[in-house]
Amino acid sequence: MADRPDADREAGANKPALRLHVPEPKSRPGDTVDFSHVPVSQPGKQPRPDEACDARETEGLCHDLIRVLGDDDRAHGPWDPKLDPDTLRTMLGHFALVRAFDERMFRGQRQGKTSFYMKCTGEEATSVSAAMALASDDMVFPSYRQQGVLIARGYDLVEMINQIYSNKGDKLKGRQLPIMYSSREHSFFSISGNLATQTPQAVGWAMASAIKGDSRIAATWVGEGSTAEGDFHSACTFATVYNAPVILNVINNQWAISSFSGFAGSERTTFAARALGYGLAGLRVDGNDALAVYAAQRWAANRARANAGPTLIEYFTYRAEGHSTSDDPTGYRSAQEREEWPLGDPVMRLKNHLIALGEWDEDRQTEMDREAAERVKAATKEAEKNGILGHGMHQPFRTMFEDVFEELPWNLKEQAEQATRERLIKFNGGRPK
Amino acid sequence: MSTGVTEPKGANNDTVRRLNMIEAINDALDIMLERDPDVIVLGEDVGYFGGVFRCTAGLQEKHGKTRVFDTPISECGIIGVAVGMGAYGLRPVPEIQFADYIYPGLDQLVSEAARLRYRSATEYIAPMTVRTPFGGGIFGGQTHSQSPEALFTHVSGLKTVIPSTPYDAKGLLISCIEDNDPVIFFEPKRIYNGPFSGYYDKPAEPWKRHPQSEVPEGYYRIPLGKARTVTEGEALTVLAYGTMVHVAESVCREKGVDAEILDLRTLAPLDIEAIEASVKKTGRCLIVHEATRTSGFGAELSALVTERCFYHLEAPVERVTGFDTPYPHSLEWAYFPGPIRIGEAIDQLLSE
Ligand SMILES: Cc1ncc(C[n+]2csc(CCOP(=O)(O)OP(=O)(O)O)c2C)c(N)n1
Repeated sequence: MADRPDADREAGANKPALRLHVPEPKSRPGDTVDFSHVPVSQPGKQPRPDEACDARETEGLCHDLIRVLGDDDRAHGPWDPKLDPDTLRTMLGHFALVRAFDERMFRGQRQGKTSFYMKCTGEEATSVSAAMALASDDMVFPSYRQQGVLIARGYDLVEMINQIYSNKGDKLKGRQLPIMYSSREHSFFSISGNLATQTPQAVGWAMASAIKGDSRIAATWVGEGSTAEGDFHSACTFATVYNAPVILNVINNQWAISSFSGFAGSERTTFAARALGYGLAGLRVDGNDALAVYAAQRWAANRARANAGPTLIEYFTYRAEGHSTSDDPTGYRSAQEREEWPLGDPVMRLKNHLIALGEWDEDRQTEMDREAAERVKAATKEAEKNGILGHGMHQPFRTMFEDVFEELPWNLKEQAEQATRERLIKFNGGRPK
Repeated sequence: MSTGVTEPKGANNDTVRRLNMIEAINDALDIMLERDPDVIVLGEDVGYFGGVFRCTAGLQEKHGKTRVFDTPISECGIIGVAVGMGAYGLRPVPEIQFADYIYPGLDQLVSEAARLRYRSATEYIAPMTVRTPFGGGIFGGQTHSQSPEALFTHVSGLKTVIPSTPYDAKGLLISCIEDNDPVIFFEPKRIYNGPFSGYYDKPAEPWKRHPQSEVPEGYYRIPLGKARTVTEGEALTVLAYGTMVHVAESVCREKGVDAEILDLRTLAPLDIEAIEASVKKTGRCLIVHEATRTSGFGAELSALVTERCFYHLEAPVERVTGFDTPYPHSLEWAYFPGPIRIGEAIDQLLSE
């Protein structure tokens, strides 16, 4: 056994004294923001390897940043997905709808119609554009900020709001926290409040699809903060071991509630580079560049479909709003960050691109935004007919005991009877539901 | 009294074989892999090698590498991917090599598998049977001997099943695999090869001579939630499961006690009717398990018996359990709830 350099000194008197490093973000409230450490690569300059390439060929792309849309609002380079204007307008339409939806639901929470809401402002492309690059029956295992996937898949807004209001129309029977949607019809897995648990589940689903010789692939989304969970590492291991047809999307929005990405290890390497140690293909992508997001997700989907292997994609983006309605980001980060984020806003960038192509204009955008707001408003009214949280128009209370098991066991039967008795007392012999 | 032992359906009773519990489990898996193409067996070392206890021996060779395969050493991954497989429509049967190693996968089992049906209002389910050997008595030390069953009975949405004979192991495991709820199937490894009297210094009895090792060929089910009456009696009721069924049986026989021994077989759902009927008949109740005492499943049983049979009880409910310490390697037999501890509890119960 080797001695410490100063073995004769007391224990703990090593030279130099050891120091713990506690990461600290570059700016705090009141500070001037300096984003010079954020490497903003030149759009169009990143190579696009063959989709079936050896995972090692993506090494450079794990540290670079794949970008397509330039400052000139034009698409550049080999990652340009060459989408037609109609598709681009559809994508922009989904963006508008997601923004309008977030805006209204946020206000709804403030008005006491629900307990909680989470916006995805600034991250719309990472779900909408990614979802558009997948087949509609590819299975998605989302985290909680992927409302854009549901909107891109055409999920009924009224159903979404019923879920948020936990009302009598909520097909999840008012059991889940608002925004924890589930829609089997849209191949959208039930969202868990336990972070990162969906990642090995997505891999398992993809493995099952491969076992069955199916053609559907799976994709999952996880926040950069949550990549520190063991589940994520299990997911990477299983994905690589079985060459599962799965895409692991990491949304690096810089913040995990009040903890900056440094607490998930971003000071030492990128999240995309996590792929390298596992032998996964890895891509690091400008998450505010709708075209780059689409192209990367498409690349990974084609790779998975060709049995060429799983891909880990880091979408480098910024959480423009608070973590949730329960969060106040002015308490821990500079207010300027949002304005000065060097990769801009995904909605504006796509809009400007369409305008540059001569396929769009400001008036049509205003009209699109107005229509989106109207649609959401109408859906909200419709959902409110089924009630809002805590106003009595909730699920019949007996549903509480349903679905714990396929069949009701004796203990739950007894407890359901007790709950019925309590209701009878409370409503003075009236009609409990 | 419900004994729950259904006549084996579709089984050919003429061809009765005597199998040990490992072989019976292997047989059940083999049959289910054969019958249902959605059944998948996965876990550490279960494929080529056939499992460290050999429960999956030969299955990969017979059913192929995509039906029976080895996994990384990641219990979180094993159970997590099984949730995804279940959501796809498969019926995974993951093996956790020792119950002691289930903790890294606990969240996936407790928060995910167990609640998926509820949280998605049946849109998604996680049908899976997590098999895992548990219990001590094989000098496994504190990391290969634990009995964590109570943890799982506390979880809404999980079923907890524990066989005590080869016959039951096969029939129960088949029911578990066909069940649409997630099940944890604890295999009492001390009795994999033969029943156990509790006297560690006596040579182990192989299953060869035991009637409960008569395992019919082919498919049969034992319903979950039904206890088995091991012996009928009038003096007291013994509630036990797994290895402890055999220990309790041998102690009662040795002492000449007219005990009614119930093998619970499934802790959740629990056969409350059988328990109630028996305790009301005998007026005395002894609960035996190997797990640590405090907040063990015996506490739940004791509360239930007291709540439901209080006016029929002639003595306070007695619990015989392991101690509230980790399982100490060299002092394993001091920890084990053996004949002395059980015998004293019986004397106490009968003296009141
Ligand atoms: C297992 C677990 N631990 C802690 C939490 C509490 N929690 C909810 S969101 C969150 C931050 C997640 O950050 P990140 O993964 O970066 O995603 P983001 O919210 O930024 O999209 C935390 C700590 C949780 N839900 N689950």
